[in-house]
Amino acid sequence: MRCSTTWSRIESPLLYGTRLRALSILTAVTLTAGFGLAFFYAPMDADQGFMQKIFYVHVPLAIVALCGFVFGGIMAIQHLRTGDARYDLRSYVAIHLSLILGAGVLVTGSIWARASWGHWWVWDEPTLVSFLVIFLLYATYQPLRFSIEDPDRQARYASVFAIIAGAFVPLNFLAVRLAQAYTHPRVFATTDGGLPAKMQLPFYLCLIGMALLFATLWKYEMASKNTSAKLRSLRRKLGGDEAVARRGRSAAPSLRTGS
Amino acid sequence: MTDTLPDNTGYVAAAYLVFFALILIYVVIMATKLARFERELAELDELADRVAAEREHDQEREAVST
Repeated sequence: MRCSTTWSRIESPLLYGTRLRALSILTAVTLTAGFGLAFFYAPMDADQGFMQKIFYVHVPLAIVALCGFVFGGIMAIQHLRTGDARYDLRSYVAIHLSLILGAGVLVTGSIWARASWGHWWVWDEPTLVSFLVIFLLYATYQPLRFSIEDPDRQARYASVFAIIAGAFVPLNFLAVRLAQAYTHPRVFATTDGGLPAKMQLPFYLCLIGMALLFATLWKYEMASKNTSAKLRSLRRKLGGDEAVARRGRSAAPSLRTGS
Repeated sequence: MTDTLPDNTGYVAAAYLVFFALILIYVVIMATKLARFERELAELDELADRVAAEREHDQEREAVST
């Protein structure tokens, strides 16, 4: 495993900007169709009634957020393996986005808990608590990065963190499976208790839509970070080093701007 | 389907609103970044014009001196 980070040339923003419009449209169409089917096609749940519709936004959001954390871990492995700073940036953006989605999961989950159990939070529910643990674990990712000034060390330590935390994520899925009081229908179960066929189509559509949303936002963020680095590089070429403002301490990875 | 909405509509609406609010906040952040890029590009455009004018001026002086 290589330890030092080699700073590669800045990626072209076009690399992430290409097909972004098509992806955005596809995301909007898929999510709209998914939510539309959830409300107008999927039957009312016999037990929870109308409030079960929260399931179609909450569960896909949770699955995509957790997969995003794992994706961040995979990118971190690539970073440590190759020493390429671009993988660190990819890992950072994936974790950053998953945290935002994770906040959405916690809020929608709380609303669902309040509607269904009369409490905003239930501490003896493994599903909720294990997700909160993972969320809080990742909430320390940005402060960890910020606390390390040297960019190389920051990238390395952040990657190690992302890998270890990423390995911890499957435990959340395991906790859901082992939970005694089932909060959500067992979507992937084949025996009794699985999601009815008329609920499966809207659910999978919402899940695909949410995954596309993650991919779209990830590409937007990556294109934005690359454009920013390109602008710094251009400013340096035109005005010299003094034209570029010194970059202060930041939690975000810096793509070293050089020609 | 009945004409009246079920009692817990508010909770369902709140959950979906949270999701859309998150997306909206993200769009606002991206719009701010886009505005910053536009401003920086305008500055760089001015800088490029200045550099080109200086170069032209230097070339003219060189031609006069030779």
